[in-house]
Amino acid sequence: MIVGILIHLLLLLLFAPLLAGIIARTKALFAGRRGQPVLQLYFDLLRLARKGSVISKTTTWVFAAGPVIGLVVPLIAALMLPFGTFKAPLSFDGDLILFVYLFALARFFTAAAALDTGSSFEGMGAAREVTFSCLAEPTIMFALLVLAKLSGGLSLDVLLGDHLSASWRGGSGPALGLILVCLFVVLLVENSRIPFDDPNTHLELTMIHEVMVLDHSGPAFGMILYGAALKLMVLGTLVVNLALPWATPWWALNLLLYLAGLVLLAMLIGIVESVMARLRLVRIPQVLIGTTLISVFALVLVLR
Amino acid sequence: MTDINSMLLLVVILLNFFILGSARLVACIRAVALQGALLALLPVTIHGFSIHSLGLAGGAFLFKGVLIPWLLLRAIREVRIRREVEPLISLVATLFLGAMTTVAAFLFADQLPLIHASQAGVLVPASLATMLAGFLLLMTRRKAITQVVGYLMLENGIFIFGVLLSTAMPLVVEAAILLDLLVAVFVMGIVLNHVNREFSSINIERLSALKE
Amino acid sequence: MLISLVLIPVCLAALSLVLPWHQLRSWLLPTAGIIQLGLVVLVVLAKPQAGEWIGLDALSTLVLLVTSILYLGCAFYAVDYLALRQDRGNRIIVPCLLVFLAAMSLAIISRHLGLMWVAVETTTIVSAPLIYYNRNRLSIEATWKYLLLCSVGIALAMLGIMFVAYSAVGGQTEVSLQLDWLLDTAPQLSKPWLHAGFIFLLVGYGTKMGLAPLHSWKPDAYAESPALVGALLAGGLTTVSFLAILRGVQVMSAAGDLIMAQQALMGLGLFSMLIAAIFMVRQPDIKRMLAYSSVEHMGILALGVGIGGLATFGALLHLANNALTKGCLFLTAGNIQRSYASKNLREVRGALSCLPLSAGIFLTGFLAITGAPPFGPFLSEFTILRGIFAGGHPWIAAAFLILLATIFIGMGATVLSATQGESPRVSAQFRDRLLLVAPPLLLLALVLCLGIYMPDPLKELLEAGVALLEVTS
Repeated sequence: MIVGILIHLLLLLLFAPLLAGIIARTKALFAGRRGQPVLQLYFDLLRLARKGSVISKTTTWVFAAGPVIGLVVPLIAALMLPFGTFKAPLSFDGDLILFVYLFALARFFTAAAALDTGSSFEGMGAAREVTFSCLAEPTIMFALLVLAKLSGGLSLDVLLGDHLSASWRGGSGPALGLILVCLFVVLLVENSRIPFDDPNTHLELTMIHEVMVLDHSGPAFGMILYGAALKLMVLGTLVVNLALPWATPWWALNLLLYLAGLVLLAMLIGIVESVMARLRLVRIPQVLIGTTLISVFALVLVLR
Repeated sequence: MTDINSMLLLVVILLNFFILGSARLVACIRAVALQGALLALLPVTIHGFSIHSLGLAGGAFLFKGVLIPWLLLRAIREVRIRREVEPLISLVATLFLGAMTTVAAFLFADQLPLIHASQAGVLVPASLATMLAGFLLLMTRRKAITQVVGYLMLENGIFIFGVLLSTAMPLVVEAAILLDLLVAVFVMGIVLNHVNREFSSINIERLSALKE
Repeated sequence: MLISLVLIPVCLAALSLVLPWHQLRSWLLPTAGIIQLGLVVLVVLAKPQAGEWIGLDALSTLVLLVTSILYLGCAFYAVDYLALRQDRGNRIIVPCLLVFLAAMSLAIISRHLGLMWVAVETTTIVSAPLIYYNRNRLSIEATWKYLLLCSVGIALAMLGIMFVAYSAVGGQTEVSLQLDWLLDTAPQLSKPWLHAGFIFLLVGYGTKMGLAPLHSWKPDAYAESPALVGALLAGGLTTVSFLAILRGVQVMSAAGDLIMAQQALMGLGLFSMLIAAIFMVRQPDIKRMLAYSSVEHMGILALGVGIGGLATFGALLHLANNALTKGCLFLTAGNIQRSYASKNLREVRGALSCLPLSAGIFLTGFLAITGAPPFGPFLSEFTILRGIFAGGHPWIAAAFLILLATIFIGMGATVLSATQGESPRVSAQFRDRLLLVAPPLLLLALVLCLGIYMPDPLKELLEAGVALLEVTS
């Protein structure tokens, strides 16, 4: 078990920043630029770790707790997910609810840290972040319920386990297709990607996630960036496991398949970001309610 | 084969949601065009390659996927409509209703005495759901052109059901039906143009002089 | 031979597109009308074998005769009407009227439900420019409502046809929508699908026919279109749609489910009469009043077939009476409207003193349509009433009578105040002209004849029609 945990954490910690690089590279390719190195985020993290940081006198320990919890939560959540065919090291009945609410916990602390600064921009960002993720939560819950119904289990390990390839080929392909679409949308929302949020924007008024972390600097900001990359990989794992349920007898090949899936996903995100414009803020709730309805519909398809 | 059908119909249902939830007219028309084009594949995927199914697929693709949307896009270019669709009830509420009717269609279709249950399994509810979505659009939108889109969705839903029994309809009749649809949309486009000229708007709320 | 009923008007329509002379183009309409009526008489006498696609039976013969006579009347009327409206031109209306005739004939003679649907939908499309003839705000509003509602209605009828076809899918043989095939295999059809199919057919073609909850386009379209278009829609198109519903009844009857079909028709029929009665009382617009009268008579037709037996006979007779009388009423109402430049009671008063012939025919036509004794509608409505009593529905008979009385009073108030009294204007530009008065007069004379004497061939035709509708009884 210890070995399992170590492998999981190692994979996650080493591989996650690469995805951000791939997304940036894909976007650069679409824009006709050469773009930054694929390993740019690793460099950034190293650079930020060496820096000092400025902390406002009006803030309390909550401000410092935000980045730390944002970094730790994805690590814990990752332990409940199978990576490809690597079983989840921590697995128990009902861990899917813990999985969803761990992210809610992280969000709570990020928002609280943002509010703690007393800046109006950060308060605005926190309000938006909480609203949108509140709307995204039902989608992910219903999607997991669909998987629970199909697999008959209540832990993520079973949900994303061996039953998937049979379910795809059986009668529930349509339902799985629907929740795959929904989860992809949730992935984009939760990781503040275009068309819901623009991570590279420079106008605070239009930001959602980025505006909350304006006051963090140095190692704390590095933790936030690292946490975001980890979160992308964890949620991406959910999507990849669902989309690519093939298993081969060789563990190395499985691992390669899983990592290739993640890379493909990152490229897909890059393509989406390149071809779509950011949605108006009022339209985002509509899209999220739409995905909720679609996942409810998928649940009905499975239940009937 | 059934897998392809299910996936096609699934995309069709997703497009229903998209059209119900979309605020942009051009996007609505493009989506209904895509829906028509996808549906045109159904005769081939269900009945295999034959002159009848290929003819039907080709005709449906040409009319539903290309010509009719082209007419509609031309119509809105001519009358220079603003982009929003102006629903009577909010888009989210329409989406909710759409989801409810879709779920109801699936539950209802289970109660129906279907003859080739395996084949009709997704086909019949998808057809019902598309028709109901078309009706929703007809009822909840102010712009005359969105009503035409609703009418097209209704026709698409009927087309899905018609694929089940395309043997009953000779190709000539199918072609005539599609042609009628095209001409109907063409005439609607002309009328729209005149509505625009008379009222300088195509909001059907202005069309309310005739009543008791 | 039969197909020439469709081809000749289409050829004439093509000819009218290339003819450069206004007057000559107008005269194409009566030409088509005469050829059509002549051909119909020849065809009816020849009694051709019903083919796979087209053919004649008692029902379609009846409808074909009625619509051809009505069309001929309207066609002659059109010549003078279009001469008055030279500013508007007839480049569009003449071809549309001719194609309308072709589509109507095709719908009547077709023996295939799909083909019939195509023809009925074509009539919807070509009548849209007809309704929009006046090119003003009101007529465009009416056209849009008509086009959209009827298209949606017709789409539902298509769904109904598909359901009927699906009901046959379980069987051994290849599914077809050919009417005779359906009638032969009717007992084996899957009941739930057949019932659903019939209901959708009823709703779909009922929209086109203008049965009550689906009639909302009707007053607008009839009132805003030119009089002769109103006459053709109210007398011809509704009759054709009713024939389409009767085809559904035939299949239901062959499947042994006549009762259900009849109940549906009865309910819709009574409801139509009720709605018409409500809206006709104190109706200030004479053409809207006529439109509601059309709703009422569609209700009477549906009710008659819904009761069955003798009442069906009455309903088929009423189909002819209603079509001809409506034609007469709309044409004369058009004359009155032309003379006063209005169709509202605010302006229209004392028409008898200003337009003695048109207003006189209008007044007599009103007496005929409401069922005053010497005219045809009296005979047919009385037959339906007898049928209702014979069927043992005293309450329906009472409701029928009360509604007829209400409608008589409501319509009478409007018609009398339009025709009697002082004319507000001393002289109007418009005078009675031969071709604007003779057609409605002849139609009215025909209605009178039908009321006084029923020729034996007609009686046999009607009985054959009833036998087609009620296979089991």
